[in-house]
Amino acid sequence: MSSYRRALLYAGLFFAPLFCVQQANADWQLNLIEGATEISRSVYSLHMVIFYICVAIAVVVFGVMFWSIFWHRKSRGAKAAHFHESTFIEVLWTVIPVIILVSMAVPASSTLIDMYDKNNSELDIQITGYQWKWRYQYLNHDIDFFSNLSTPREQINNAETKGENYLLEVDQPLVIPAGKKVRFLLTSNDVIHSWWVPALAVKKDTVPGFINEAWTLVDEPGIYRGQCAELCGRDHGFMPIVVDVRSQADFDLWLAEQASLKVAAQQSAEKVWTQEELFARGEEVYQTSCLACHQANGQGIPGVFPGLVGTELMQGDPAGHIDAVINGRSGTAMQAFGEQLNAVDLAAVITYERTAWGNQGGMVTVQQIQQLLGGE
Amino acid sequence: MASVDQTMSDGHHGPARGITRWLYTTNHKDIGTLYLFFSLLMFFIGGCMALTIRAELFQPGLQMVMPEFFNQMTTMHGLIMVFGAVMPAFVGLANWMIPIMVGAPDMALPRMNNWSFWILPFAFTMMLSTLLMEGGGPNFGWTFYAPLSTTYAPPSVTFFIFAVHMMGISSIMGAINVIATILNMRAPGMKLMQMPLFVWTWLITAFLLIAVMPVLAGVVTMMLMDIHFGTSFFDAAGGGDPVLFQHVFWFFGHPEVYIMILPAFGVVSEIIPTFARKRLFGYASMVYATASIAFLSFIVWAHHMFTVGMPLAGELFFMFTTMLIAVPTGVKVFNWIATMFRGSMTFETPMLFALAFVVLFTIGGFSGLMLSIAPADFQYHDTYFVVAHFHYVLVPGSVFSIMAAAYYWLPKWTGHMYNESMGKLHFWLSFIGVNITFFPMHFLGLAGMPRRIPDYALQFADFNMVATVGAFIFGISQLLFVYNVVCCIRSGKQATDEVWEGSRGLEWQLSSPPPYHSYSTPPTAEQLSKASH
Amino acid sequence: MQQSPSNHRPLLLRLTLLTVLMFGFGFLLVPLYDVFCQITGLNGKVLNTGPVTEVGVDTERRIRVQFIAVNNEAMPWQFAPVERELTVYPGEMKHTAYKVTNPSVRFMVGQAVPSVAPSEAAEYLHKVNCFCFENQPLQAGETKDMPLLFTVDAALPEHISTITLSYTLFDITPQAQPAATRLPKDSRRML
Repeated sequence: MSSYRRALLYAGLFFAPLFCVQQANADWQLNLIEGATEISRSVYSLHMVIFYICVAIAVVVFGVMFWSIFWHRKSRGAKAAHFHESTFIEVLWTVIPVIILVSMAVPASSTLIDMYDKNNSELDIQITGYQWKWRYQYLNHDIDFFSNLSTPREQINNAETKGENYLLEVDQPLVIPAGKKVRFLLTSNDVIHSWWVPALAVKKDTVPGFINEAWTLVDEPGIYRGQCAELCGRDHGFMPIVVDVRSQADFDLWLAEQASLKVAAQQSAEKVWTQEELFARGEEVYQTSCLACHQANGQGIPGVFPGLVGTELMQGDPAGHIDAVINGRSGTAMQAFGEQLNAVDLAAVITYERTAWGNQGGMVTVQQIQQLLGGE
Repeated sequence: MASVDQTMSDGHHGPARGITRWLYTTNHKDIGTLYLFFSLLMFFIGGCMALTIRAELFQPGLQMVMPEFFNQMTTMHGLIMVFGAVMPAFVGLANWMIPIMVGAPDMALPRMNNWSFWILPFAFTMMLSTLLMEGGGPNFGWTFYAPLSTTYAPPSVTFFIFAVHMMGISSIMGAINVIATILNMRAPGMKLMQMPLFVWTWLITAFLLIAVMPVLAGVVTMMLMDIHFGTSFFDAAGGGDPVLFQHVFWFFGHPEVYIMILPAFGVVSEIIPTFARKRLFGYASMVYATASIAFLSFIVWAHHMFTVGMPLAGELFFMFTTMLIAVPTGVKVFNWIATMFRGSMTFETPMLFALAFVVLFTIGGFSGLMLSIAPADFQYHDTYFVVAHFHYVLVPGSVFSIMAAAYYWLPKWTGHMYNESMGKLHFWLSFIGVNITFFPMHFLGLAGMPRRIPDYALQFADFNMVATVGAFIFGISQLLFVYNVVCCIRSGKQATDEVWEGSRGLEWQLSSPPPYHSYSTPPTAEQLSKASH
Repeated sequence: MQQSPSNHRPLLLRLTLLTVLMFGFGFLLVPLYDVFCQITGLNGKVLNTGPVTEVGVDTERRIRVQFIAVNNEAMPWQFAPVERELTVYPGEMKHTAYKVTNPSVRFMVGQAVPSVAPSEAAEYLHKVNCFCFENQPLQAGETKDMPLLFTVDAALPEHISTITLSYTLFDITPQAQPAATRLPKDSRRML
């Protein structure tokens, strides 16, 4: 068997499974999605056009190459020719690519210019990247919340079966209305993150101290998922984005619901919480907000994140503990949770930390926290 | 010049014995060998890190390593492969081949040559030792974007900075040496436009190195000052700007990419004519294309940061300049194919690697062209599509060209033929492994998988599994290469001076292995004319 | 063309000089970048500050100016614009303020860093007086209004109708204190 046939055989063996699986399994997604906005569709068509141009060039170039490999081989008795330059042909294959490139640059520029038209938005949302969660603030409404990964740790550690939206689910999605131009103002609390939802064709870095803009206009209601795209530290892979696009009527309902939730939160802060209730609630809060660094057993990671078991901070005067949680520790990964959690959740998680894992710190009341928050 | 050679050849007739031969050597072949073995070692260390990454990504969920160690692995894998494997390998090839190819007895500055190599083991020992330090090694990606690499970095970042400084000094000294050798040591009568293309590409690469390695030194110095001396180059609180870091880094980073690929172009331009038994097509346009790629590399850097929030004019400028790079790169590919066209080809291992280079590098070039389109790049940026792109240009690109060069010149270096069937087996396993590893990454990126994540959503599971299998095939098959090289050094069929039927350059007119001082008398006009036709 | 080592010296000197120059160029990129930002408005860096001569007010056009407050990292201060947005005429001088409270139990120093979106608008937004010009010391529990006096240049391109001005508040207490009382970096990290 000649080495040419062998090569063909190898190539066939390599590519065959690719073609089989394409039909066998829907999960073997091969291409970009078209997405849900006009911009994402024009990006998709741009992508396809360039792809086909590349394929066409590849067919010609590799065609000539494999033709030479097959016919101009010594084993077939080919004798080498002596030409080694040709000004005409060299100019030709410089000019033709330039023409092809110009034809690519025109649609690319026009799509880009469309993307930069940020005027006439009907809803402005500030997106702030945090290690490792997103914060959404609706500038025209009094809505401000954090969006955390909601996939349970057990699934990540393979103790449980992974759910359908493993690593792409959050506790509170970003909700926006369909058919309205929504402008995003992106910034970061700590390091550079990048907010990316493929279906919207929006990917923008969030840079600490600086503000970036992006916008979208989604036609159809639906759930669109994305992820942080810029390496931002340990849990970079664990800060998904979920955008819940609703019809205008449903969006208005959601706005009203948010307002009533705010009232309910106020009321729950006024009720008297027992230590058991706080402990149970605190455990949940701990899992979403603290566990990533301080670990499920409260031991932290030596040299990186401090442990919480049996320390002076956990068992001594609660003021220091409360200060650390509310105001954070500047220069460390410990964030100021005063702006992320409400008074009940703060009291709950601090109580949890002070009484879990054998800690003897005792409970902290909601009122204590409220006093420190300055009666906001 | 004659008197200098006299004293040199009178002084010592051959290498010293034992370890001191390697420690004190100023001989370009010994230093070239040291560089090549060092880079092979680093290739395996970086490769083990890559396999750790792929093993973790075999299935969704966290199995082998924790995210913080995973980030250290991606960072170290990148740094070691770029600065420890690819760059030293090319410097090693330059050391071995450039003096011979220009008809010189040795490199221009032999003592500096020794020094520039012996810095490297210390730099990389320091860098690898950070993995054992408290808080772990660098975990911010090989691009070390601020503030993740400054305010939020582990304490070991200081050692990382010093290691980068040392590598930079080593590269700059190597580059100065190459330039001095090429400009001052050419055989009488050899004009610049008569030099082999490998020498040409290295001359341009050396200038790129001198232009951008100091900028890298500058940017890590700024980091050092931000971390320890209270400046705020990259800290918005003090009036700095994290985006400035990216601009300065990529001003170094993009030419750096070409530093890793231009010598590969040179190698392939040597090998294809040999096995096509036909002169390289369009020699002059090859030189001009290389020079234009080098020039363009200085004005395209911000295409790595399309999503950072640049004004429209900036995006358009960098999109157009980036697309322009396709023109000289295309010219090179067309020239290689025109060289094969109507040649008389045979397919020994070096040729197989060179052919795979042409095909797979071009595929990497196509995805590069797609990435240059700014609006589409918003979808590709920081996904596995980018990972697939740069691995296609670096693994079957740079690494394959290094393999090709090793097989091509091994008989010359050792005086023995390597085992051809084992070489072919190595090629096919590598070729299949590389494609199984990196081709599915295109699909993963397009489907939306971000890079540098230790765990992923379920729809990415299948292709990740395929990629991991490919990575292990590729990784393990490299052991064949080591075995083949070791056997070839120890024994094997005696190689002739020409080694290959179609070989022409000056290196093939010396004995195999060549004398300790390569061309101690300059090649004659007859030799030169034989070399160029 | 083959030369003895001493003849390499001129080339060697030139190449070394080039290396040194390029090292310097790396640092030169820092001021160059600022100039570049000023010309292109890259990153929304607002560099045009200080008094401006008042030219006529263009009452034909209305610009929406939006104010945003961001706390960086563990900055615990309550920080918010007094007015979320204002509608201004180009050329008109406007007053507004940000309200800030230090709820912690210690003296702290903050520094606000401005940024403008869209970045092209940065060069048309003149800040005549701004709390971001200097750092802001605040005692424990202290509250204050930090003033901002600005005007939008009449030359603002037609296609821009909304300008967003964002301030990120950084905790610079450690840097603002004398070096002796500062905690070493690593001990801060481990707290």
